[in-house]
Amino acid sequence: METLASPSASRLEKRVNHPFVSYLPWLVAAVVCLAAPFLIYPVFVMELLCFALFAAAFNLLLGFGGLLSFGHACFFGGAAYLCGHALKVWGLTPELGIVLATLGAGVLGVLIGMVAIRRQGIYFAMVTLALAQIVFFSCLQLPQTGGEDGLQGIPRGMLFGFIDLSAEVMVAGSKIPLAMYLFVLTLCFGGYWLIWRTVHSPFGVVLKAIRENEPRAISLGYRVDAYKLTAFVLSAMLSGLAGATKALVVGLASLTDVSWHMSGEVVLMTLLGGMGTLLGPVVGAVTVVSLHHELSALGSWVTVTIGVIFVVCVMAFRRGIVGEIAYRMKRSF
Amino acid sequence: MSEDIILETRQLGKVFNGFAAVSDVNLTVRRGTIHALIGPNGAGKTTVFNLLTKFLPPSSGSVIYDGQDITALKPADVALKGLIRSFQISAVFPDMSALDNVRVALLRQSGLAHRFWRPAHLLNRWNEQAFALLEDVGLSDFAHVLAGELSYGRKRALEIATTLALDPVLMLLDEPTQGMGVEDVDRVTALIRRVAEGRTVLMVEHNLKVVATLADHITVLARGQVLSEGNYATVSADPKVREAYLGIRADEEVAHA
Repeated sequence: METLASPSASRLEKRVNHPFVSYLPWLVAAVVCLAAPFLIYPVFVMELLCFALFAAAFNLLLGFGGLLSFGHACFFGGAAYLCGHALKVWGLTPELGIVLATLGAGVLGVLIGMVAIRRQGIYFAMVTLALAQIVFFSCLQLPQTGGEDGLQGIPRGMLFGFIDLSAEVMVAGSKIPLAMYLFVLTLCFGGYWLIWRTVHSPFGVVLKAIRENEPRAISLGYRVDAYKLTAFVLSAMLSGLAGATKALVVGLASLTDVSWHMSGEVVLMTLLGGMGTLLGPVVGAVTVVSLHHELSALGSWVTVTIGVIFVVCVMAFRRGIVGEIAYRMKRSF
Repeated sequence: MSEDIILETRQLGKVFNGFAAVSDVNLTVRRGTIHALIGPNGAGKTTVFNLLTKFLPPSSGSVIYDGQDITALKPADVALKGLIRSFQISAVFPDMSALDNVRVALLRQSGLAHRFWRPAHLLNRWNEQAFALLEDVGLSDFAHVLAGELSYGRKRALEIATTLALDPVLMLLDEPTQGMGVEDVDRVTALIRRVAEGRTVLMVEHNLKVVATLADHITVLARGQVLSEGNYATVSADPKVREAYLGIRADEEVAHA
């Protein structure tokens, strides 16, 4: 930081923590993620990472942009299909497939965002839902997507043309797809870092101002629609990154990824974990996906169980898990 | 058009579902003056404000700012031309500190506002400027207090500091002393007088004492039309104005009875 000569400068520094303190959460997260595949089934961990990124990307729009999209599955699932097709049919290398799918989600984000941000509140949600349904039906009908079966057997391929992502190595007594895991970890951390950076950027400050008092932001000369669109496209691209990575992890892009259930699921993850907090969506995603996994024996009762948990959460701590903890801690100090 | 006219409206009108809230308003604001827009409740003052700043599209007529027709512009573009408004309900960013409120305004002119890949501490470059502005309105001790937690009078002061950060050519203040105690009214009045130097101020105000102290020129609106114009002495002596105010007061008494 530049030195400030004014006597009041010292008062301004109070928010700046020691660098180590601000890096600490990242370090902890890195250690946890590096240890996880030894303790839990690696593919499941990678899936968790993808959903965590998806929820965090969604939260960038809802929690920090104040816009509730009910069609985010179209970016997640759309990118999954695009990545799958690029790898399976066009034979692209995985990193190119993911870049292409992310950009594709961005283009879709521009198109849908330009229509949707003209509306506010529930109308915004309705427009995003309607447009996402168009994407869903396209995925159902297009010959390339495999219809009800989805796009199966997506190859992981060779990263940069020479690193085999399907290879498994023995590390400390467990068989781990190390290259794939590190690749996914890098992508998800990169995406999450960009979200963190966006929230703590000049743009993030403007976004916050717009969320808090839109007319005032306009009267200061901010063209708020442009900022909302940027947030929307960023969120769409990062959702696309999550979807494309997930397709690579499980080798499948299906209608589930692009359906409105998925759009609802990501709303649930974000609200459960705590909207408007950085860690909340990650916690929410891990909780919801783990519940799905653990309760899969219950069959269709999974939905009911998760619904009940959600209702309890909303009633007991409406700020979400992380939001509530942060609130309590703030109050007790 | 003469050089010293900064804002002019021609036959400005606004119709809401058949109801003419504002009609045929011809307003002329001279550069460097404090111009007050007064009138009884429902006279259309705030509507005129919204028409001037494009928060409402006019049904008829035109708005000329600095010799340019701005009738078709969007609100943010009007603001970019230096015509900055305040709101009747205090307009601050409640969950941001007073300092951040001002810095957001300073940020707008910088071209950094879209940089989502840059760290937020870039905003520190405006700390001194923001502190100076806060000092100017007597808020330097409240720089790190959340705007939503400030008292009403201080919120208004913060709003003025935020507006000043944009170095406006024309400030539009919508009832700057509304709902304030006597002490705050005096403080804000003095503040407006001070910041009006070298700028033009157009204000809607209910408090006639404030208007008498500050305004160089007064336009009286009633039922969406210009009733009278001139300095305080002229306007307050106008029988039509007295009638409009008294008439409304009589109505209100009937309504309350």
